[in-house]
Amino acid sequence: MHLTSPSFKENSARALADAPLQRALAKVPLGFIDKRRAAADALPEFEALRDKAVEIKNHALKHLDLYLEAFAEKVEAAGGTVHWAADAEAARAIVLDLARKRGAKSVTKSKSMISEEIELNDFLEQNGIQPVETDLGEYIIQLRHEHPSHIIAPAIHVNRDQVEADFRRAHADLDPQRDLSDPRSLLAEARQVLRRRYGEADMGITGANFLVAETGSAVIVTNEGNADLTQLLGKCHVVIASIEKIVPTLEDASQLLRVLARSATGQDMSVYTTVVTGPKRAEDLDGPEEFHVVLLDNGRSAMLGTEFEEALRCIRCGACMNHCPVYQTIGGHAYGWVYPGPIGAVLTPSLIGVEDAAHLPNASTFCGRCEEVCPVRIPLPKLMRHWREREFERHLQPAPMRWGLGLWAFAARRPALYRWGTSLVAPLLSRMAGKKQRFSSLPLAGGWTKGRDLPAPEGKTFMQQWAERRSAAGKAKA
Amino acid sequence: MTARLRVGLFVTCLVDLFRPSVGFATVKLLEDAGCVVEVPEAQTCCGQPALNSGDRSDAAALARQVIDVFENYDYVVAPSGSCAATMRNDYPSLLEDDPAYAARAVTFSAKVFELTSFLADICRVTHLEARVEANVTYHDSCSSLRGLGIRAAPRRLLSSVEGVTLTEMPETEVCCGFGGTFCVKYPDISNAMVAKKAANAKATGARMLLSGDLGCLMNIDGKLKRDGVDIEVRHVAEVLAGMVDTPPIGGKS
Repeated sequence: MHLTSPSFKENSARALADAPLQRALAKVPLGFIDKRRAAADALPEFEALRDKAVEIKNHALKHLDLYLEAFAEKVEAAGGTVHWAADAEAARAIVLDLARKRGAKSVTKSKSMISEEIELNDFLEQNGIQPVETDLGEYIIQLRHEHPSHIIAPAIHVNRDQVEADFRRAHADLDPQRDLSDPRSLLAEARQVLRRRYGEADMGITGANFLVAETGSAVIVTNEGNADLTQLLGKCHVVIASIEKIVPTLEDASQLLRVLARSATGQDMSVYTTVVTGPKRAEDLDGPEEFHVVLLDNGRSAMLGTEFEEALRCIRCGACMNHCPVYQTIGGHAYGWVYPGPIGAVLTPSLIGVEDAAHLPNASTFCGRCEEVCPVRIPLPKLMRHWREREFERHLQPAPMRWGLGLWAFAARRPALYRWGTSLVAPLLSRMAGKKQRFSSLPLAGGWTKGRDLPAPEGKTFMQQWAERRSAAGKAKA
Repeated sequence: MTARLRVGLFVTCLVDLFRPSVGFATVKLLEDAGCVVEVPEAQTCCGQPALNSGDRSDAAALARQVIDVFENYDYVVAPSGSCAATMRNDYPSLLEDDPAYAARAVTFSAKVFELTSFLADICRVTHLEARVEANVTYHDSCSSLRGLGIRAAPRRLLSSVEGVTLTEMPETEVCCGFGGTFCVKYPDISNAMVAKKAANAKATGARMLLSGDLGCLMNIDGKLKRDGVDIEVRHVAEVLAGMVDTPPIGGKS
């Protein structure tokens, strides 16, 4: 995915001025937030399950090397193949090689953020292979030549009328007079078009929600069943997943599933949960002839043992972005890389370097809602703050900000100087504001006053007035 | 009779600079609750702006300064969830590697309280003498609500003020977009966030908007004034103390 995180400010300005996007974003709180709350409230052990989820993921991360090796052994024992990809380039090359060996011209895909991370679609197209996204949201954005703006609802930034226009343009062979006003008619049309594509595909690529070390299985959840068709109908099933998807046992995966859908969409379970182990066996009626797992590192192992390791607990439910007031205001594209919202603000600097992602950990009010709903209790604001510390150490923040802060800190560490300064500034500002007691514009505060007034100080500082009252009281006593 | 609690008032830099009335209302509330209130002169800021900007060394220096000045009080009270949360939640980890301060930071942080929770939970204040005729709405600051788990205390106290009726606004748990340095670094996003808050406040029909944090209040008031919405914005302490004769934040509309 083309990186635009360095121009986060310009991206967000565009997003704020984008009326259709704002219309789409307005619906986020109504859907996800209320449903998650209802699902969590309906399950008395939900908080305990979150604790259990933290424990499972922490344990898996602590022994990641052992579980990865165990997983690989089990995959091979079931007749599959494991490929280790240190970075995006290696992962792409592995997938292309597999496709070429099978002479694949078209591959179906179910939703995978790893596919976005390694920019697989563009790469396959450049090499003459047509990727077909089968998740409805992914299909929509593929038609629009866009990228996901949300990790579980990739087309959340698109409105129904826009989808209708896209479908009429892309499905030109269908009756132009057809009625697409009902969202269900759009779904039916996508299904009809995609069914054909499953049959034509030579290979199916899926992501994985969990990889199970105990059995060598990949677990994948969808609401559309498209991952099942993708992995069963192609002759070759390729799972692309990052290394932190490993959990020790099926029991662990099922524990995590109990918090995943509830946190994501407020469902008790996603509609389809599929556990796949190896290729088709002799006694199986259907299934792929080959089963491959591409395990991607791409910077994750470097997070182990650092203060950012906790971010690897993420199970990609999207609750943090659903509840993030900044995400709700600017949408996912403004973040400028694969993972938006609070988890993206922590993960992106880890994976692509903090220089390019410097804005993201700063673009948070630390309101704490993300941490409050994270099913695996990732302390997202704390981790964003750690990134700010790395940025401060490396002077990555804008110079005026650093100087302003430095000056303020210098004064704040010297109470007498600070007192003297504030006792001059507060009355001065108060006099400048006059009777109105607020500013509608003020030098150095233009960012603030562009959209709102700035209340002025009342007059003398509290400390001035307190000292005066005490001295008056002292004199009265004397 | 038990000894009266000696409380060190942490004024907060915003109250000191912008709205001293809140400081005096706080002193009145604490004294009415039976506390002996002292205002140490050597206080400036809790260090949160430095801490949240990644400047741990200045943040730690300010934390040590605050601890030096305040650690001998029975309690330290701030009319702000934001500053209280920094002192209560962040000081121990900020100073954990400082042998001279690590243990003191832990002891100190346990004494720090946000004003309304201190009055309701520690002083067990159940009735206030104040009388304010107003339909009010209450904005939960993120640091009070999620940082310190305070939701009931300000509402319980407000319900004991004669004449006050509380109308909750939609999405009261959502951030107003102030975020300390956030509103300086990303003013346009901050502005879009507070626009939603102002619209939610307006929808209540309340005459007055209250909160426990001056940062949020200045942000929300600035937006309401710019939008021409006639809602008085005040710190909750002013209403709890019955001190509403001063003009509201940002003056009359």
